[in-house]
Amino acid sequence: MSDALIVAALLLTAFMATAVVLTRDPARQAIVLSGYGLVLAVLFVVLQAPDVAMSQTGVGTVVVPLIVMLAVHAIRRHHTREPDERDDS
Amino acid sequence: MSRRARLLVLAFGGCGLALLFALAAFRLPDFGGTSHPYGQRTLPNAIAHHTPNVISSINFDQRAFDTLGEELILMASALAAVLILRTVRAEQEDAAGKHAYGPAQVFDALRITGYALLPVTIMTGVYIVAHGYLSPGGGFQGGVVLGSAIHLVYLSGDYPALARIRPIPMFEAGEALAAGAFVALALAFAGQVTAMNAVVGLEVGSAVVLTLAKFFEQALLVRKDT
Repeated sequence: MSDALIVAALLLTAFMATAVVLTRDPARQAIVLSGYGLVLAVLFVVLQAPDVAMSQTGVGTVVVPLIVMLAVHAIRRHHTREPDERDDS
Repeated sequence: MSRRARLLVLAFGGCGLALLFALAAFRLPDFGGTSHPYGQRTLPNAIAHHTPNVISSINFDQRAFDTLGEELILMASALAAVLILRTVRAEQEDAAGKHAYGPAQVFDALRITGYALLPVTIMTGVYIVAHGYLSPGGGFQGGVVLGSAIHLVYLSGDYPALARIRPIPMFEAGEALAAGAFVALALAFAGQVTAMNAVVGLEVGSAVVLTLAKFFEQALLVRKDT
């Protein structure tokens, strides 16, 4: 039973990791990365490491994707000439 | 280096890593076995010091010195973000008020969800920090939750609201004070798990807020001089 759970969580992690790599647009990739972080946290819970899962949820699904989104937005803004008032991609 | 040479170096490194990884993986003890040499040494110590969450006991009691290094790494990276992402001479910074949304630009559903989740998230963060010695969680996890919770205000309100509730100098002072207090605790009073959790929570929360604040400034406010 627990083995099946671990295998399922591992497969899900591999699936999401592939999805992150295959997503080409960086802004979309940040969202998929967030989903991957959540799946990874599920794997940690299945492997009985709730403390690590909590860190992973906080850092991997919230902070890192947010930083990536903000960085992508900053790069896009600095590369377009005209000042943008409500561009919020 | 040419493309071919780079690929050769990559192949060499990759093969070496694969070989060492395979060798290491085959020598691992069986999954879920009965031999736990590390657990056998840490568990009695954790119980002797009345810290039911063994992970917290390892982090803040038995190996507090390692955690000290990790916390200083986080502080150094927050410091680096503040230093590198400052406004340089060829740039100018908008006032936060320029980035106020009109009420029509955020969905009401998102706004209400954000405002409803904010107090719940902050309470969860405080709970995770305060109960770190007893249940899964602790200063780091709770600190990350607290530090990112504030940004729900950005989702549901606008940038000026976020800028108002997180005055940067206060978080810089909090970061420095908490890091100093943690060094003192780790060197002199290792084992004060609850106090160390609280200090680490403050330090990590401030570091997350500061780092994200710098990224927000770059994404929204800073622009090239025209």
